[in-house]
Amino acid sequence: MAKRGLDDHGKGLGRREVLECMVWAGTGVLWTVSGGIPHSVGLIGEAAAAEPTGFTFLQMSDSHIGFDKAANPDALGTLREAVAKVKAMPMKPSFIIHTGDITHLSKPAEFDNADKVFGETGVQIHWVPGEHDIIDEDRGKAYLERYGKGSKGAGWYSFDDHGVHFIGLVNVVDLKGGGLGNFGAEQLAWLEADLKDKSNSTPIVVFAHIPLQVVYKEWGWGTEDGTRALELLKRFGSVTVLNGHIHQLVQKVEGNMTFHTAMSTAFPQPAPGSAPSPGPMLLPADQLRTKLGLSKVTVVQGNKPLAFVDTTLA
Amino acid sequence: MQTLLSHIRPATARLTPGRAVVVAMLLGPLVGAVLALGSVAAEEANVVTIDNFTFTAPELTVAVGTTVKWVNHDDIPHTVVDKNKAFRSKAMDTDDAFSFTFASAGTFDYFCGLHPHMVGKIIVK
Repeated sequence: MAKRGLDDHGKGLGRREVLECMVWAGTGVLWTVSGGIPHSVGLIGEAAAAEPTGFTFLQMSDSHIGFDKAANPDALGTLREAVAKVKAMPMKPSFIIHTGDITHLSKPAEFDNADKVFGETGVQIHWVPGEHDIIDEDRGKAYLERYGKGSKGAGWYSFDDHGVHFIGLVNVVDLKGGGLGNFGAEQLAWLEADLKDKSNSTPIVVFAHIPLQVVYKEWGWGTEDGTRALELLKRFGSVTVLNGHIHQLVQKVEGNMTFHTAMSTAFPQPAPGSAPSPGPMLLPADQLRTKLGLSKVTVVQGNKPLAFVDTTLA
Repeated sequence: MQTLLSHIRPATARLTPGRAVVVAMLLGPLVGAVLALGSVAAEEANVVTIDNFTFTAPELTVAVGTTVKWVNHDDIPHTVVDKNKAFRSKAMDTDDAFSFTFASAGTFDYFCGLHPHMVGKIIVK
């Protein structure tokens, strides 16, 4: 899996040019995505080999604590199951990125329950809000009081770890009628300034709740000014975009950019256009856990910098 | 309704007190039900329901002074936000409702603040 078959657009990038992403889905099939072409490589294999090396972090998403409808009457219970999987990992991830919708209705008790269960991981968590986290009376105050320390605006920020630049963005605030997710001019100006001094070879991981790319416009699954953020990121040799919101795995590789959306730990949502609405998908109880899960990302210094292993709760 | 009552009154007048009570007991629920149906029909005319991430009816025309009620039937919370900030609901969870009285004429384009692809319109005349 070296640098074969990938166009570096003549930039002669110094770092890796191939991104390999491996998904261990509910069926137990391992997928490798290379240069945007996914192919099955069988069970575990390379993913297992990649596991012990490098620095790892975990993506969790859409916990929806407080959700109690038919699609999953116990969202806190399935979060506990996910957290148990984290605790059982032979090598703890360096941190967790949560891509929003921690709660269902932004109620203090929902945040409290989420914090208690996530706290059991013993791992630091970097958060961004989903639209369900900012529907308190003061529209986002509750979220910022808990998770907004050191952040700007509605809760955006960046940090560096193991040579990777991580950027948490907020695209669920001040949404416009008829539109999609939204960053807004202030946040984009901040992003531009944040990236200014970063060299092209700095690996970038961007995370936000709603997908930056338009996955399905009819259901609002995309960010109105997402392409403006991606424009600012395109000069970098390795960009990984992590999102939630759509409660299912979607992966796409475009040039040096990899897009990955995570499963929810609460309830699945239908594939784009496959149902009358994006509402919770009702599954037989024994199938629910095959559609819930978490994503582990391994950053390998060398020619395989980022590998995803998505694990379901089944 | 008036016609029905005018027919009933002479009939009940001829009844003994005991029989009148029985008739009243039989008619009471019927009259109540008819009145209830009337009020439901009037209310539904000014109700916008939310099902499957869609406002129904998407466009509603009402007279000045009308109170419009939105009811969320989805398993996911929604809000109702006027594009020009005339009104903004709190998050409505399943079966929660929000009402707004339109005191002046105009066209009010609104959307769900959580899922802004959901749009609707109230025309006040």
